[in-house]
Amino acid sequence: MKFLLKKDEMFSFMLPEFLVERRGDRCIKCRVCERQCGFGVHSYDEMSNTMRADEMKCVGCQRCAVMCPTKALIIRPHPSDYRPNANWTREKIQDLKKQAESGGVILTGSGCDKPYRIYWDHIVLNAAQVTNPAIDPLREPMELRTFLGRKHDKLEFAFDGGEIELVTELYPNVQIETPILFSAMSYGAISYNAFKSLAMAASEYGTLFNTGEGGLPKELRKFGKNAVVQCASGRFGVDPEYLNVAAVVEIKIGQGAKPGIGGHLPGEKVTKPISVTRMIPEGTDALSPAPQHDIYSIEDLSTLIYALKEATNYEKPVSVKIAAVHNVAAIASGIARAGADIIAIDGIRGGTGAAPKIIRDNVGIPIELAIASVDERLRREGIRNKVSLIAAGGIRNSADVVKAIALGADAIYIGTPALIAMGCTLCQKCHTGICNWGICTQDPQLSKRLNPEIASKRLVNLLKAWSNEIKEMLGAMGINAIESLRGNREMLRGVGLQEWELEVLGIKGAGE
Amino acid sequence: MRIVVKPEVCMGCQICEIWCLVAHSMSKDILNAFLLEKPRAKPRIVVERNPSEYLILQCRNCEEPKCMFACISGAIYKDNGVLKYNEEKCVSCLSCVMACPYGAVKFEDGKIVRCDLCNLDPVCVKVCPNKALEVVS
Repeated sequence: MKFLLKKDEMFSFMLPEFLVERRGDRCIKCRVCERQCGFGVHSYDEMSNTMRADEMKCVGCQRCAVMCPTKALIIRPHPSDYRPNANWTREKIQDLKKQAESGGVILTGSGCDKPYRIYWDHIVLNAAQVTNPAIDPLREPMELRTFLGRKHDKLEFAFDGGEIELVTELYPNVQIETPILFSAMSYGAISYNAFKSLAMAASEYGTLFNTGEGGLPKELRKFGKNAVVQCASGRFGVDPEYLNVAAVVEIKIGQGAKPGIGGHLPGEKVTKPISVTRMIPEGTDALSPAPQHDIYSIEDLSTLIYALKEATNYEKPVSVKIAAVHNVAAIASGIARAGADIIAIDGIRGGTGAAPKIIRDNVGIPIELAIASVDERLRREGIRNKVSLIAAGGIRNSADVVKAIALGADAIYIGTPALIAMGCTLCQKCHTGICNWGICTQDPQLSKRLNPEIASKRLVNLLKAWSNEIKEMLGAMGINAIESLRGNREMLRGVGLQEWELEVLGIKGAGE
Repeated sequence: MRIVVKPEVCMGCQICEIWCLVAHSMSKDILNAFLLEKPRAKPRIVVERNPSEYLILQCRNCEEPKCMFACISGAIYKDNGVLKYNEEKCVSCLSCVMACPYGAVKFEDGKIVRCDLCNLDPVCVKVCPNKALEVVS
């Protein structure tokens, strides 16, 4: 317990976030909780032979509760609260007090947790009844294979006797076995073990992981054919080999959790291996500027796209990732015309390793609306075939994947679901550098907690489970290939949505 | 066979130690073993630690076991390639404790405490939440 204040330190008026309840009849004082808590909540008092808890430090990550051999711990939101007030919620008051004590911008991790309307939960799927047959995916083949990249306006064939030959030279496309990719999470933001687990799982299942902006360590370049390598505003870790081992090169313009905001990896996290991978001095802050300073227009973007294509001998699709913002459809149209092969759009609920809370919770638009309006705009302009669309930010289960694809996405990026599969509990303390689950940390002792063998297995299981569920849903609709679902908004109906929302989503209301 | 530790994924939680104690208790029940049994059973696998480091001390079931060679009463012997310990023959001379180069044999409350490999199905390996322990033959 901390009562001694430093000279310039204020006495804190904050209430604890979580209550640590220890069931005395179950606690065996084995001190596993103490050893597992990186925040130092638990301690053992020899004199009284009891376990103690400093609740002010608890972040509710549930590591201790899960690891406790006798399940003696219950960690739940602290019941002590201010006078109920619909306007001034506990969170608002606490944040304000925190700022009054620190004078700083409140940082946080993971995705926006505010109750903006989740459109996935207001969209229902169709199923085949009588007039068309449903398909049993356990008995009949079901195709989830997806190709990412630019498609041709038309294909030309040559007929020579009985032989048919494709004359058109195809644009580079990447084949993935399921329309689910792992989102950009950089080595530096997440631990080496977490990064490696994503690479291993993507390689095993036949999909892609994304290096984020932190480069790809040399020894992991063998996973290159399953990697989307990012070229972000900081240009960390970009070298010719990095670009050429990859399946896709991605230009990162923005991130759903913090549109318009750059990145800042504090110097303490820039350890020796990270400094080597990022090609920056050890211990220096890795600052990613908010904009790409060579991209102030669509024309500038086009220059970078073609520079990257030139560097990779026009053999790889180039993706551009943007955050979903107000004019996303017009921006996406510009990106398609600039020569991008893939556009990734990240919605407001996309996660982050660190972002100002005020930005995370207030900037951007939901991915459902963004993907629908982008798909609609590109179709209307006749350029939808020029790009593949990847929806990111806020996908929680396989039904969300199906709905996103029916709204017009070609594939889905999953970041938060992948982290949860590895152990993350969304405690939102990624920015502290302490992650009791060994995911979002560079502490060598904490990183050990994530065994890549186990974590990659969990990720593969996630991909397998979702893919099977997608097949079930497709079968129920009487569709046998994900291709037939893409942009098939007839398969969707809105429930409890207003006229304008249905219009943007391009779907009918239920019963229509 | 022997138990090996993968230090790159061992997180020092000591859960192996806890369940080893339970497996060698009278009741085989974690709450009774810790809260009621007197004297408390002793774990065979032990995690030694200081504030920044930790190290698992486990029996290697050595091919040429120093503990067995040092035993003056024949209490430690090999049976089908597995080290066994006969408490009745033991004269508590502590030669095995001193001979073991891995610190895996302990002397606590007047008794030798050593790994019995749980009938070739070690509990510590089965409870490790991070699969940091494994059996190799």
